[in-house]
Amino acid sequence: MADTERPRNAPAYDGPPDYRVVGRHEVYPDVSHDEAERFNFLAQMNRHLATRVMPGVAEAFEARVKPAFETREGRGFKDRHEVRRALTGDTLFQWWSALRRANMENRQQAGRWVTLRQADSLNRRARELTENDPRLELHPELELPRYVAAVDHHCMPGSYHTEIVPGDITGAANYDSGIFATTGGMLGRFNDGGGQAVVQWVRKNLPDFRPKRILDLGCGLGHNVLPIAEAFPEAEVVGVDVGAPMLRYGLARAKSLGIGNVHFVQGDVSDLSSFADESFDWIQSTMFLHETSYKSMQAIFAQTKRLLKPGGIVLHVEQPQYASDMPLFEQAMRDWDAFYNNEPFWTKMHEIDMDDWMMKAGFPKKSLIHGGVAAIVDPEVFPEAAADSGQEDYGRKAAWHVIGARKPKPRSKVKEAA
Amino acid sequence: MMASPNGIDPLLLASAKAKGKRPQFLDNADTERLMNVVLALVQEVGVLRQRLDTVERLLEAGEPVTKANIERFEPTKAEAAERGLWTQEYLNRIFRILQQEREALGANDQYSEEVAEELAKT
Repeated sequence: MADTERPRNAPAYDGPPDYRVVGRHEVYPDVSHDEAERFNFLAQMNRHLATRVMPGVAEAFEARVKPAFETREGRGFKDRHEVRRALTGDTLFQWWSALRRANMENRQQAGRWVTLRQADSLNRRARELTENDPRLELHPELELPRYVAAVDHHCMPGSYHTEIVPGDITGAANYDSGIFATTGGMLGRFNDGGGQAVVQWVRKNLPDFRPKRILDLGCGLGHNVLPIAEAFPEAEVVGVDVGAPMLRYGLARAKSLGIGNVHFVQGDVSDLSSFADESFDWIQSTMFLHETSYKSMQAIFAQTKRLLKPGGIVLHVEQPQYASDMPLFEQAMRDWDAFYNNEPFWTKMHEIDMDDWMMKAGFPKKSLIHGGVAAIVDPEVFPEAAADSGQEDYGRKAAWHVIGARKPKPRSKVKEAA
Repeated sequence: MMASPNGIDPLLLASAKAKGKRPQFLDNADTERLMNVVLALVQEVGVLRQRLDTVERLLEAGEPVTKANIERFEPTKAEAAERGLWTQEYLNRIFRILQQEREALGANDQYSEEVAEELAKT
């Protein structure tokens, strides 16, 4: 076909890989040809918006939004909220936002169709893999915390917790099978590039660290914690999440991937009273704190201090905070998900002084850990993700900050041990 | 309705709304509704074009064009790159107006009506 024969100066392809490279397991939904192509389209559309349309928002901000504001008000912007409100009147911001939101909703529709049309089969397979397994601990009496109940996070109908039928896992299967479209494959075949990065960070920075017991907060379907469990097979790993569908799916998925040392426990991480003092060597949260609340965060930080063994570490992986040296335009763009993609706490979480909060929870300043990690993926399959194109996507990029602490060992006890 | 034995209606539930008030970005609510419908159609045309591409590749390989063969199709890395490039070309064509809006930001353009008057004097 002449139409597809490319001239010699045709661009080299640097976009998302084909959907069919995603890693499958026993509870992965069957994805038809057209459903795979729909995910491909969604990934391409997200990338088009990020690389072709969004840069225009920055240009429009400089060319007309900022000058118009300054002329009208006789002063510059005082905070990111003023910037965002000014942007909402600009055509390019409006169209970029409307298309981005629509594509997110289309992604949910696509993934929900794939999983719901085979709900009976998926739910049966998950039941067979998890029935009577002590590694799945559900507490149906759990009261849903407001931070989950208020809105469905990232426009995912039913969020992490809704069960359409008893024993339902379709919400989790939708999350797992569609995240490729949201990230353009930037998290790798098993969406575990973030967890892989955390493992590499720990191995490099704490080479002698041999955790026996690991706690993952807000584990969801476990994609971030499985690489940790795999890297430390001698450790007992506990993942806590409010969503029963996520936990059921998480255990079934882990087992079918041959990872047996993770327990999935239903609970609100604001209350970790069921775990004993100094019972964990490592407490991890990955892109989770922004889906909680100030009170929950305070509880998490305080509980973390109590639960860690002396010498143990806590690591929270998140997007960077809105420090005073971050331009207000960047802060406003990073806030997009908070206001337009059902991540309301994102804006509040990113404005606090994390170091200060950690210290108030009892971690001494010199025990604090700061670092940065970027998703680790197979460069053969995901050349773009591995190369890190440098394209800023204001909160979607698979690169994060690490804030944490190492709980000090009491001096006297160290001496006794020595 | 194609409800499953346990009562799940996938057609209805797949398109369910997420909890939380939906923001409106465009100045006119009907324009935004229409844009959502158009984007969904753009997506489906893209899917259809890739299905056609699969059919063509089966024919070129001398394989029977059956539903089963279409479902089994897995592009090689080179084929996936060709298909990905087509989608990029398609999206750049579809959203031409937004690219031009961007280019207009930095351009010191005049309307032709103004230029006509100017040319009448020079």
